[in-house]
Amino acid sequence: MQGYLRIGGREFDTTGVLGWSGPPGAAEKRAFPAWATLPGYRSLATGRNWHLAAAWGLGLGLTAYLIAGLAGGRLRRSLVPTRAMLAPRAVLADLAAHLTLRLPEAGGYNLLQRLAYLSVVVLVLPAMIVSGLAMSPAVHAAAPWTGDIFGGRQSARSAHFLGACLLVLFIGAHLFMLLLHKPLRRLRGMTLGERETRP
Amino acid sequence: MTASRRTWLRGLAAAGAAALVSACDRIAGDPAVRAGLRGAERLNLGLHRVLFDRRTLAREYSDSAISPDFRANGSIDPADPAYRALAAGGFADYRLVVDGLVERPLSLDLAALRALPSRSQVTRHDCVEGWSAIARWTGARLAPVLDQAGLKPEARFLVFHCFDTLDPEAGEDGRYYESIDLVDALHPQTLLAYEMNGAPLSVAHGAPVRLRVERQLGYKHAKYIRRIEAVADYSHISGGKGGFWEDRGYEWYAGI
Repeated sequence: MQGYLRIGGREFDTTGVLGWSGPPGAAEKRAFPAWATLPGYRSLATGRNWHLAAAWGLGLGLTAYLIAGLAGGRLRRSLVPTRAMLAPRAVLADLAAHLTLRLPEAGGYNLLQRLAYLSVVVLVLPAMIVSGLAMSPAVHAAAPWTGDIFGGRQSARSAHFLGACLLVLFIGAHLFMLLLHKPLRRLRGMTLGERETRP
Repeated sequence: MTASRRTWLRGLAAAGAAALVSACDRIAGDPAVRAGLRGAERLNLGLHRVLFDRRTLAREYSDSAISPDFRANGSIDPADPAYRALAAGGFADYRLVVDGLVERPLSLDLAALRALPSRSQVTRHDCVEGWSAIARWTGARLAPVLDQAGLKPEARFLVFHCFDTLDPEAGEDGRYYESIDLVDALHPQTLLAYEMNGAPLSVAHGAPVRLRVERQLGYKHAKYIRRIEAVADYSHISGGKGGFWEDRGYEWYAGI
């Protein structure tokens, strides 16, 4: 047995990671490897218990974040790019800084950071919630638009999966950038509320 | 880095990952944790009941949307002797029993069932596994059947006892059954379906009668219905969770 991933006409061997994985001798047919799933053993029922409970955390958490961010003006101040940032010269400079991994220490979020955070907060996460709701037969009956905006339940399912991939990519990039920029000092700032930049 | 050191580090990482996975699994599978997580199920059911009109219809499609290949899932050819005998006789001896907390228990043959108020609808079947398929379902509406039997005031759920044994190793508890509450039982699209896509229900899809309870996932749509029992509470039946899959960890409320 082997695992593979087919995208368009190309096929990639993913044995051990996608499609077929597990300890030697006990490998089995499963979409994702045990270390990436909750629970590690195969149980759709338990997975659903976790997923549907965690969805409440996401929904309530995002709602609270957006209300607080909009009411306090923080979303506009720190996440919406300023006019100066969008000047062509500034955009190129920000791109160059990212490509060379030489980013300014001080100040607020830079342009790419703002665009990434903003798109996750106002686009990807809300789309995850709506596409998730679209898969519920009860919600779909009461609010068919949840499925219609994606082009049907199965397309909503695909959007949900692709959105999850984007979030994994975002978290990966986020952690990578963090590791490059004095991670311990930033952690201290996050947990103890210390100013990130000191003279 | 030397090769042996690399092997050692890799081994350590693997052991660490394995320990993490097994610790996660102990927490993930812990009955108390799972009971806590299932609090979300009560929240979801409560919210759906409060937010959505109880009589909201699931979307109905045109005939052109009917799926050419509708997967048959769960039992597809029950081996139970009582069922085999009925199937061999073309279900001429089939009787649908309606009893439990009702004023007038019923025993309906297929002709009697077909004479009852019916409905035909093209709806989408959503499986908990993720796939969906569209078909035209025709059958007796459940509400008039219940009117005829006369539900007693203490009846709160309907239990659908089926002919098929889906888990032979579990003995009597391996028999398929399902339950719904009265909100779903009285919903206009809830049917005792005897036809699929204009033809009598095939064995693979639950002949002679299966439940259609639109707005819930596929496992609620019990096939091979033998008996409908009105109850106040289902905790004394089989595993006590109200259904074959519910007894195996799935949510009783399958609206999500």
